[in-house]
Amino acid sequence: MSQDFRLAQGGRIDREKPLRFLFDGHAYEGFAGDTLASAMLANGIHLVSRSFKYHRPRGIYGLGVEEPNALVETGIGAGIEPNARATTVELADGLIANSQNRWPSLRFDLGAVADLASPLLSAGFYYKTFMSPAGGWKIYEWLIRRAAGVGHAPELPDPDRYEHSYAHADVLVVGAGPAGLAAALAAGRAGARVMLVDDQVEPGGQLLNTPYAINGRPAPEWVAEATAELDRLPDVRRLARTLALGVYDHGYVACVERAIPVSQGRVRWRERLWRVRAKEIVVATGAIERAIIFDGNDRPGTMLASAARAYAVRYGVAAGQRAVVFANNDDAYRTALDLANAGVEVAAVVDLRHDLSGALPGMARERGLRVLAGHGIVGGRGRTRIKAVEAAPVDDPSNRQVIECDLLAVSGGWNPALHLYAHAGGKAAYDSGLAAFVPGAPAERMTIAGAAAGRFQLADCLADGARLGAEAARRAGFSAGPALVLDAPEPEPDSRIGPVASPSRGGKRFVDLHNDVTEADLRLAVTEGYRSVEHAKRYTTWGMGPDQGKTGNILGLNVLSDALGQPVPQVGTTTFRPPYHPVSFGALAGRETGDLVVPTRKTPMDSWHAEAGALFEPVGQWRRAKAYPKPGESLHAAADREVRAAREGVGLFDASTLGKIDMSGPGAETLIERVYCNNFASLKPGHARYGLMLGEDGMVKDDGVTARLGPDHFHMTTTTGGAAGVYVWIEDWLQTEWLDLEVFLTSVTEQWAVATLSGPKARQVLGPLTDVDLSAAAFPFMSFREGRVAGMPARIFRVSFSGDLSYEINVPARHGLALWQALMESGRPHGITPYGTEALHILRAEKGYIVVGHETDGTITPADLGMEAMVSKKKDFLGRRSLVRSGMSGPGRKHLVGLMTKDPARVLPMGAQILERPSEARPVPMIGHVTSSYHSPTMKRGIAMALVKNGRARMGDTVYLPLLDGPTVAAEVVKPVFYDPEGARRDG
Amino acid sequence: MLLIPCPYCGERAEGEFRYGGEAHFRRPDNHLEATDEAWADYLFMRKNPKGWHRERWMHLAGCRRWFYVVRHTITHKIATAYKVGDAHPDLPA
Repeated sequence: MSQDFRLAQGGRIDREKPLRFLFDGHAYEGFAGDTLASAMLANGIHLVSRSFKYHRPRGIYGLGVEEPNALVETGIGAGIEPNARATTVELADGLIANSQNRWPSLRFDLGAVADLASPLLSAGFYYKTFMSPAGGWKIYEWLIRRAAGVGHAPELPDPDRYEHSYAHADVLVVGAGPAGLAAALAAGRAGARVMLVDDQVEPGGQLLNTPYAINGRPAPEWVAEATAELDRLPDVRRLARTLALGVYDHGYVACVERAIPVSQGRVRWRERLWRVRAKEIVVATGAIERAIIFDGNDRPGTMLASAARAYAVRYGVAAGQRAVVFANNDDAYRTALDLANAGVEVAAVVDLRHDLSGALPGMARERGLRVLAGHGIVGGRGRTRIKAVEAAPVDDPSNRQVIECDLLAVSGGWNPALHLYAHAGGKAAYDSGLAAFVPGAPAERMTIAGAAAGRFQLADCLADGARLGAEAARRAGFSAGPALVLDAPEPEPDSRIGPVASPSRGGKRFVDLHNDVTEADLRLAVTEGYRSVEHAKRYTTWGMGPDQGKTGNILGLNVLSDALGQPVPQVGTTTFRPPYHPVSFGALAGRETGDLVVPTRKTPMDSWHAEAGALFEPVGQWRRAKAYPKPGESLHAAADREVRAAREGVGLFDASTLGKIDMSGPGAETLIERVYCNNFASLKPGHARYGLMLGEDGMVKDDGVTARLGPDHFHMTTTTGGAAGVYVWIEDWLQTEWLDLEVFLTSVTEQWAVATLSGPKARQVLGPLTDVDLSAAAFPFMSFREGRVAGMPARIFRVSFSGDLSYEINVPARHGLALWQALMESGRPHGITPYGTEALHILRAEKGYIVVGHETDGTITPADLGMEAMVSKKKDFLGRRSLVRSGMSGPGRKHLVGLMTKDPARVLPMGAQILERPSEARPVPMIGHVTSSYHSPTMKRGIAMALVKNGRARMGDTVYLPLLDGPTVAAEVVKPVFYDPEGARRDG
Repeated sequence: MLLIPCPYCGERAEGEFRYGGEAHFRRPDNHLEATDEAWADYLFMRKNPKGWHRERWMHLAGCRRWFYVVRHTITHKIATAYKVGDAHPDLPA
């Protein structure tokens, strides 16, 4: 088949550039400038889809984003895009498209039995299946999920790239039709930074298929001229193929730009999300034609009149050879005239109105067209393509006449596209003359021009654009440029509109084509009590499809208005929310996919860990070595080996991720005193102390070791995960409450690399590398020294998170890897073993050291942890007042305890719940949970830490832990220190 | 996404900021002697007005300074922003 329905002449397609495409496996040809829809129509393809619920045959209905029927799948394999509107897919050579929601084929679809069963599938049918018969839903769900629907999501990762761009505009103009072009010109001439976005390939909007002239010349010539001037203006950016999706707060507008399609290979990027911040927004989005409700209004070959007109004039395609135009307004006669002028036989214009005294009906009659005034369409013939309509007088619907046709162009009036206005908070007002919503009170930073404001005459669109563009520029701070004078005479308009529904003889009358919602469904919803517009919408799914009811909204409101006996404005309208048109996940994600979703922070020694075959784990955004398993070694075995090395010989740990805050200034000591609950004033320079930080609610917030570098200079460490939060929190106090404190805070987490040597042989490894005297007498526990290690400037802290002799060696980050290598080299004779976070956790759990976030969860006080002795009673500190609130102490609080399983081989799962008795009646009273649990290679048994109600009073008691899918395990409550409780090992 | 007028850096997108909730709630004077009720009020109770609201923001990805914004919680309009220590502006009508 080769474009049998392409008109001999006309259209803005390039007949020199044929493009091949496949639809459902058949090869066709179109031309450059076609959409998939116009190319399909040129080849006589009208049946393009099966409907959502009833699987009824459906054809191309619209021209652009309003399309409810022609959803197809484009591409193959990983590049599949489901639910593409054939009307918005730009034709490219080699394009592959397939129909959706049919089996085994589009023409013969078994799912169409749903249509026969439609009396059972009325509004809310699936809600009813929830209710009865009991259990029925389990059967129906399988059927419904398979039968209903649209396309299938691609199953392979998207191979394409998506971009994000940011832009600022003084004036953002949405829509490049007459109003938008005039607005952009006016604002651009004033010197404003203008952005003009339009979803079409070519600017011009309706001007591309209007027979009228602007300033005496054909409209497309003016479009070309205006566009050329815009492109010359230095501060005007014009984006084609770009759809404004949503307007958000403070002039923030999201737009998505489609790439120019390529016939081979991949596009550089497929879609680009523009985030525009505009001082002023001129909405010139035009209007969307709506349908008329009549019996059988969904036959393929039925389409919006404006679409039929544009296919003929703009694409040179006859959507049919013999057309009937069904109208309730004068604009439909433009379609009739344009179709006739393009060479399509117009069999009749059927108009619901009796009085047709306007200029356009007159012109149609003069042209010799048959006009049936006061008539409606009450039926039709044809299943996969319309063959004829039945017209009858509105007052006498049974007096039918059959008019043969293969195209039915329907015009029920126009709805201003007010979606963006609604996004901006605008409340539309109903104009009963237009039977449409028009802008009400102004929305912030926004003006609405032309057809989007319900002003449909070309001259009004141009005048609105010129005026509002100049005003927007003026509000953005620019004085008006050269005036735009645009003259566009048109036939005298008659804006009177007829009813939106034709008399019924009992056929299916669709209100929402996409979701298969009929007039009867809406009436049933009202009968069943869903009287609010929002309830009726949800009950019937009217307007809830991917097209969001762009063509059916007003129709449904009129049905509800009639059923409820209320005027349309009282029925109300449903709310438009972004996006205006479905948007791909790819466009929203942009480049933030895969490894780029979250940044990966790596320590200076990371490359060494990777080469050593480390198993990594994410900790916050950091990637940390969890263990260094040897070939064939399990994580568990590796961690055991690493723990034994750090206990018996020497281990090396990368502690660079610790949060570090440098605090200096005369107020530093006071600040430290206020943020830690324990005393720091007595800390001498050269020494370090463990500090516990509470929130104002008295709960443990963070902990870490802080060293006093000088009288007014401290080096605070925080937990890896808490670093950023603690820093912001302290800054908050300094900036808003303690303005008298003079302290500089500097985050130095990434400035210092930290290697921790731990184990009895640590001194022997570090000794040969440093000039610092490491003897226990000269360099005692909880002190620090500055010196050189392997020639590098270093701060060495003698602190320990394992209980054994430890040195935390800090060097500037750039030396981190060299330090690590030097320590490994020096430690080789001593069997130095790198250990990861798993071994670190076992080592600290053996000593009963807490980890904030394991042993605390925001509800745990120092006393709960058994640390009340360190809380200062002399000074004030954050959280102090809360410690004496009721409920913060006394019976009933959970205490940190140790648990030893009766079976030493048993390792409890973390999070396991704790019971007083082995079996209890439900609801089972829980007295606590396991916070940390490991197999201890040192103790050769399972050990656990737990928070248990009144735990310290339960020492020696047996508690019970019922395991998921396992036995109930008995454990003894013990002190939470399993190893070296006397601290004999810390000096090596 | 709001456009927040940082008093130090100018207008920046909301994503650069951290929200800090209601502004100007007072830590009780002599807080160690504050009643349980007064202390609980300070700790837990915040206004949640429908309308104009004085609130705390911090320009996290910019100057890292805390400041105050008068924002309408329904329309998201921002009437003004001011620094710590500035006189509290009147709420718009």
